[in-house]
Amino acid sequence: MAQDTAIRTPVGMHLRGSRRLRPMSILQLVLLIVLLIVLLFPFYWMVTTSLKEQNDTFAVPPKLVFTPTFDHYRDVLFDEAGAVPTGLRNSIVVAVGTTVLALILGTPAAYVLARFEFRGKRDLWFWFISNRFISPIVVALPFFLIARDLKLLNTPTALILIYLTFNIPLVVWLCLDQFRAIPKEIDEQAKVDGCNLWQSFFRINLPLAIPGVVVSSILCFIFSWNELLFALILNRSSGQTAPVQAANFQTGFGILWGPMMATGTLIVLPVIVFAALVSRHLARGLTMGAVK
Amino acid sequence: MASNTSSSQPRSGRLRHVNWSAVAMIAPSVITLLLVGLYPLLFAVSLSLQRFMLNRPQGNGTFRGLTNFLSVVNDDLFWGSLGRTLTMMVIVLIVQVVLGIGIAQLINTSRWHFLNWLVKTLLVVPIAMTPAVVGLLGVLLFNREFGFINYLLGQQVNWLGDPTMAMAAVIITDIWQWTPFAALVMLSSLTTVPPEVVEAAQLDTKRAWLVFRHVQLPYLWPGITAFLIIRTADVLKLFDMPFTLTRGGPGVSTELISLYVQRMGFRIFDMGVASAQAILLLVLCIILARSYIRFFYRAPEEA
Repeated sequence: MAQDTAIRTPVGMHLRGSRRLRPMSILQLVLLIVLLIVLLFPFYWMVTTSLKEQNDTFAVPPKLVFTPTFDHYRDVLFDEAGAVPTGLRNSIVVAVGTTVLALILGTPAAYVLARFEFRGKRDLWFWFISNRFISPIVVALPFFLIARDLKLLNTPTALILIYLTFNIPLVVWLCLDQFRAIPKEIDEQAKVDGCNLWQSFFRINLPLAIPGVVVSSILCFIFSWNELLFALILNRSSGQTAPVQAANFQTGFGILWGPMMATGTLIVLPVIVFAALVSRHLARGLTMGAVK
Repeated sequence: MASNTSSSQPRSGRLRHVNWSAVAMIAPSVITLLLVGLYPLLFAVSLSLQRFMLNRPQGNGTFRGLTNFLSVVNDDLFWGSLGRTLTMMVIVLIVQVVLGIGIAQLINTSRWHFLNWLVKTLLVVPIAMTPAVVGLLGVLLFNREFGFINYLLGQQVNWLGDPTMAMAAVIITDIWQWTPFAALVMLSSLTTVPPEVVEAAQLDTKRAWLVFRHVQLPYLWPGITAFLIIRTADVLKLFDMPFTLTRGGPGVSTELISLYVQRMGFRIFDMGVASAQAILLLVLCIILARSYIRFFYRAPEEA
């Protein structure tokens, strides 16, 4: 660092500024790089373990250089029992199903909450949101019995329905903001032009609210895709979702690290792609709109 | 029920202007949430007052009054798991808020624009990672013999076999996964601070701490509050990651409250007692969320 200053001093036009900034910004550079490594290392380690022979996984010191193999992916994806592909398929059905339903139910509700004043609106809004704060285990116990009586255990339907408890509030909260941002004059003009409420919702407001709809649907998908507790309790046999399949690798003798991490990678990869797409909105979505 | 706000004057007798289209738009979601959200909750309340064993269904449904609640209150394992959960909550929330502010300041002040952008984008990676998979990954990284963390430390720490270290592993994993969320929240709050104000303050004092404390911090409070509320609820809910990382073990040393309720309901099969535990958990969650709102949200409004 001292060298650095020495070189700069004779040339530097911003002499004082650079001398003061230099060590600081090198420290920042180091911190940013360390941060980047800490953020990404576990993901990197998961992917490399999924490409390692089982023996290489046990190597001490850990092998950073190794011959990659795709055997684990082949085993996991084309194994005869087909557990993991079934799990992934179930996860897709559940996550897409619940997201679509949450949008169908949630967006008109958000529109009404954004546009109308009525008695008890605050309470209603608060109740919508409070569903997000209820611990899933509280609902899981009775819902298990309900689903058992309705013969919904081990079906995607049970999970699609129960995930609505957190997906509808999410859609309502995020889309509410979006609808509020649309000027009311547009609605009034539509009314003058003879649109009824449904028409002005579908033809005018919903298209304008597409950004909010997209963000909330991606977040719904991520949360539903990642969920384990309900999936574990409600779908223990045929309807298992991918995270449950991954957790299953833990049982039995000796963990099969390669296949387990290959499954983990297959589960995580799509959500990371989705999350990167909405990265700017993630904080807003996770705080239910409290942070812009 | 619903009247349009576009009629500027609030009139009495709003009930006469029921807009049935609006009712039809909001009703389906309300009914759905009543059925999948509220009904199970009420069902849980009634379960908590009954004898209800999954494995021995004879005599299920017998009204037991507050017996289930009494056995919860007298259950050391319940208080133990609640204590662990609350201890963990205090530790992770403090660490995450402090680190989150630090990371946000780092990104906000550094001139390495490409790296700033890269870090900002990749902060979502831990957040998005499936918690169950994060737990499994922890089993690998915290492994005593060949885990990468022990390799870095240069010693064979028995992370998952020792009660204290196992709890530390759960806490470290949670900090890794959720500090980026704190950073994102703080970052978006920091960007609301007008730069002129910070510059003006920097003319007055050279001490960065004073600038932070008196100029930037007030803008961060709403973000910090939101973060605390969400994460409080999340830690009380926390199940997936510890379930795959430690299964509550060794013994019950990392059995957080959600894990214990799940075990009571689906391993010990006592749905009555499990529901009583769950109801108490729910009450706690509501009290915490409300007190946060009371303590923190006032400040910026009054200022």
